[in-house]
Amino acid sequence: MPDYNWPDADHRTLIGKRISRVDSPVKVSGRAKYTYDYHGANMLFGKVLRSPHAKAKIVSIDTSAAEKLPGVKAVEIIQKAGSTAQWAGDEIVAVAAVDEATAEDAARLIKVNYQPMSYLVSDAEPPAGAGEAAGPMSEDEIDDAISNQMPDAQLTQYLQEHGVSFKVDDDFLKDMKGEGASDAVLAAIRQAPYHEVKGGGHSNYQKTATQTSGDPEKAFVEADVVSEGLYGAPVIVHCCLEPHGSVSEWIDKDHLFTHISTQNVSGIAAQMAEPLGVSAANIRIHQDNIGGGFGSKFAADRWDIAAARLSRKAGGRPVRIMLERDAELKVAGARPSAYARVKVAAKKDGTITGWQSQSWGTGGPGGGGMPPIPYVFGIPNQHKEHTAIRNNIGPARAWRAPNHPQAAVITMGALDDLAAKLNMDPLDLWLKNLEITGPRRDVYREELGVAADSMGWKKKWRPRGQNVSGNIARGLGLSIHTWGGRGHASDCDLTIHPDGSVDIKMGTQDIGTGTRTTIVIVAAETLGIPIEAINLYIGDTLYPPSGGSGGSTTPGGVSSSTRRAAVDAREALFAKVAPALNAKPEDLECVNSTVRVKNDPSRSLDWKQACSKIGAMPLTIRGKNPDKSKPPDLTNSGVGGVGMADVEVDIETGIVRVKKMVAVQDCGLIIDLKMAESSCYGALAMGISYALFEEKVMDQATGRMLNPNMEFYRLAGLNDIPELVVHMMTGKGYDERGVIGLGEPPVISPGAAIANAVANAIGARVSFLPLTPDKVLAALSQQNMAHKAGA
Amino acid sequence: MQDHDPLKDEPKEKVDDNSGVSRRDFLKISTISAAAVPILGTKVVQAAGEPVKVYGPGKVPVELTINGQKHTLQLEPRVTLLDALRDQLDITGAKRVCDRAECGTCTVLLDNRAVYACSVLAIEAQGKAITTVESLMQGDILHPIQQAFVDNDASQCGFCTPGFVLAFKAFLDEHPNASPEEIRRGLSGNLCRCGTYHGIQLAIAQIAQKGA
Repeated sequence: MPDYNWPDADHRTLIGKRISRVDSPVKVSGRAKYTYDYHGANMLFGKVLRSPHAKAKIVSIDTSAAEKLPGVKAVEIIQKAGSTAQWAGDEIVAVAAVDEATAEDAARLIKVNYQPMSYLVSDAEPPAGAGEAAGPMSEDEIDDAISNQMPDAQLTQYLQEHGVSFKVDDDFLKDMKGEGASDAVLAAIRQAPYHEVKGGGHSNYQKTATQTSGDPEKAFVEADVVSEGLYGAPVIVHCCLEPHGSVSEWIDKDHLFTHISTQNVSGIAAQMAEPLGVSAANIRIHQDNIGGGFGSKFAADRWDIAAARLSRKAGGRPVRIMLERDAELKVAGARPSAYARVKVAAKKDGTITGWQSQSWGTGGPGGGGMPPIPYVFGIPNQHKEHTAIRNNIGPARAWRAPNHPQAAVITMGALDDLAAKLNMDPLDLWLKNLEITGPRRDVYREELGVAADSMGWKKKWRPRGQNVSGNIARGLGLSIHTWGGRGHASDCDLTIHPDGSVDIKMGTQDIGTGTRTTIVIVAAETLGIPIEAINLYIGDTLYPPSGGSGGSTTPGGVSSSTRRAAVDAREALFAKVAPALNAKPEDLECVNSTVRVKNDPSRSLDWKQACSKIGAMPLTIRGKNPDKSKPPDLTNSGVGGVGMADVEVDIETGIVRVKKMVAVQDCGLIIDLKMAESSCYGALAMGISYALFEEKVMDQATGRMLNPNMEFYRLAGLNDIPELVVHMMTGKGYDERGVIGLGEPPVISPGAAIANAVANAIGARVSFLPLTPDKVLAALSQQNMAHKAGA
Repeated sequence: MQDHDPLKDEPKEKVDDNSGVSRRDFLKISTISAAAVPILGTKVVQAAGEPVKVYGPGKVPVELTINGQKHTLQLEPRVTLLDALRDQLDITGAKRVCDRAECGTCTVLLDNRAVYACSVLAIEAQGKAITTVESLMQGDILHPIQQAFVDNDASQCGFCTPGFVLAFKAFLDEHPNASPEEIRRGLSGNLCRCGTYHGIQLAIAQIAQKGA
């Protein structure tokens, strides 16, 4: 069997080096085409009329005036009279017209009669006693629990006790397996008793399972120190610069061609097929580049289906619906909020012995799950309760590292407060308790050391509130995080042509993470040719399917299938070339664009000559991931990382400025060090945004989002970005683990680290992100009052 | 947005008789005298003794000079320069993101000054040299600013990148000896979601050191 293993350090010429991403030139020159840039011949412009109400019954819809407007070519009702709009911005009717202004005019002419209903857009702490008791789990709840990485034992126990509220079928089990459910969980779902859910409407508050492990009561009674606090982070939105949307056109009455902004090229057709009544095989999906997704672009959305239907009504003409900025921020996805009242028990020496939390949060209409708290630290003796708030703020979607940043803010905040109460340097508290972080504990130890050196932690750190000069308070904070990874399913077709040219076809996408570059580096390394010699085709359902880019699974998936394809292609080439070199195939190697005999470089053919031996027909090989028939597993799962922040707080104005951030991260074998570092730098910048600025602000009076624009939904800019230091863990202990994705992990810690740094600076906890001046000043004044009361 | 005399650069050709007034001129007129509010059907109105051209409301001929090439279009006066570039001419380097002058992603140059193309009407851009990111590359050779973005991995999804590159060029053209700190401030009207700022800072340092 050929050796599929990754080459060792001595035999790597490209992998792990700093290589500029291959699609940079096309992007910096403005030639890169995105879905929004696609302009089909005779294209029509679609607009969506949206509900102005947070919740309302749609009583009637009159589209007659819009239909009569010159230039309007099609009208499509998305939600019929009788349905209920569930959030402000919910889609009601779509129109297509010859230009955008006419489509807007037409949307304004549609008369919708609403019967407004009472709504909830708050995610404030649920009133005492609110909420339904734990009941049987729905499909969504199980899905949530699995994506939240609820421990298997807890989930299986819950399923045994409370059952499920739906009939489990094979499709559902298959889906959950795809989400990463273990065999034990799958068995528990299959065996769970069915309980019908009685009654009609749900309460806005859903209590999820109370979870207890060990003996928390005893732990708190026996604790030397108990630290209490309130922590949390609000709902934020993805704010992709390229909004969600697509352009659809019917090639004939049975064949659809859709350009769509997506993280999931190979998975879109199956989602569109049923609502459009056409087989998935007849739908072609295409995307060259995507202007940001961050977890929010896996679906064929309602507006995408509407665009395809409008196109059909308009005789197949292309119809473009790209969301306007306000719609993008209102309806196209959000990271759920999470808040918690936490108590932590510890011994005098800093050993953490107990955790208690009452948490709540919202992911919109679905409520959302409990973040995985306590995070990373497997604290013995826990008692946890969570209430999910179902409200009318619009739906949540996966957002880089779903649920982990919130879990980090809550957990790392609580442990930081504990350290302050113990008069300990938090770095020492973290190091003291690494034993309970599980299998990555030694990695964390090494990473904390590297990070502390880069930050100058030991030299700079002062106890809380003791580094104030004039009106400037300075502070340090830290956080650690984890993520899974592994590689998604991916098929790769690699072709060597008789003239020596090479192409790769794969139905994947490059969401700005460097997927193109990853693929060509792996293929070039394996074939011993330059990366420029490989023609790469991605972003189309004409190519073999490859998974959606989510959960940091793309690098593992595409690198593995590419490696297997390239190794097999190389072996096939060797078989053809061997006679010409008077050698056995197994004695050949590909080096420096030649095929030559190992240990006898004089017997060689240059790449072109070698490929001419293939014959008249090109040689195409399919590589797959996973592929148990071609071991080893070239990917892995489970990484650890550290984030540290150094901040300055103006205690007169409450303004926080980040002065320096450090990220230390492992991710197995790194394909391109330059791009890996960029992922971390970008995550630090996002973390600064999350910590200081971002919040989806809902208006209680109207039920609408108050800041659906880029002036008041603020993102960090160049001037908010301080010195950033990124250190990737490489070499022994890391490289041999295989390739692991990096999309999620580095984005988790920055928010928590900055929040802790601010607490260290001002000597008081600002409970909730974002750390805006008003909250900082409120925390300071509360602390002053407490001091006065205590004095 | 730049300060300029809106009258000085007006196009020479006749405009449609059934006309409205450009937004900039409307602002000018209404601040001068309420009596000068234009009446439909005139092609020129007097505003404080000055003639002001009036367009629309239907489609009017618009001549744009983009990257040295003249284009004649039929546009409603309400069409922005950004939409004219993207939807009429398929020049798509400038992106539409916020569509209200908040993010800088649609940056183009008007007579070498950076403007948000989402907030300039196409009719206002007549008679001016419009430069888009597509013109920076000479054959296969990237502009030094573009090369600095490549070298320092200053783009991820790349959607904001053309805006940054052009804003950078305009700022440097005006301030050839700017320090990295000054360039950073000069680019603070542009936003990135992937967080490529570290790479952009390195690109700034590279250009500040080597020049463009």
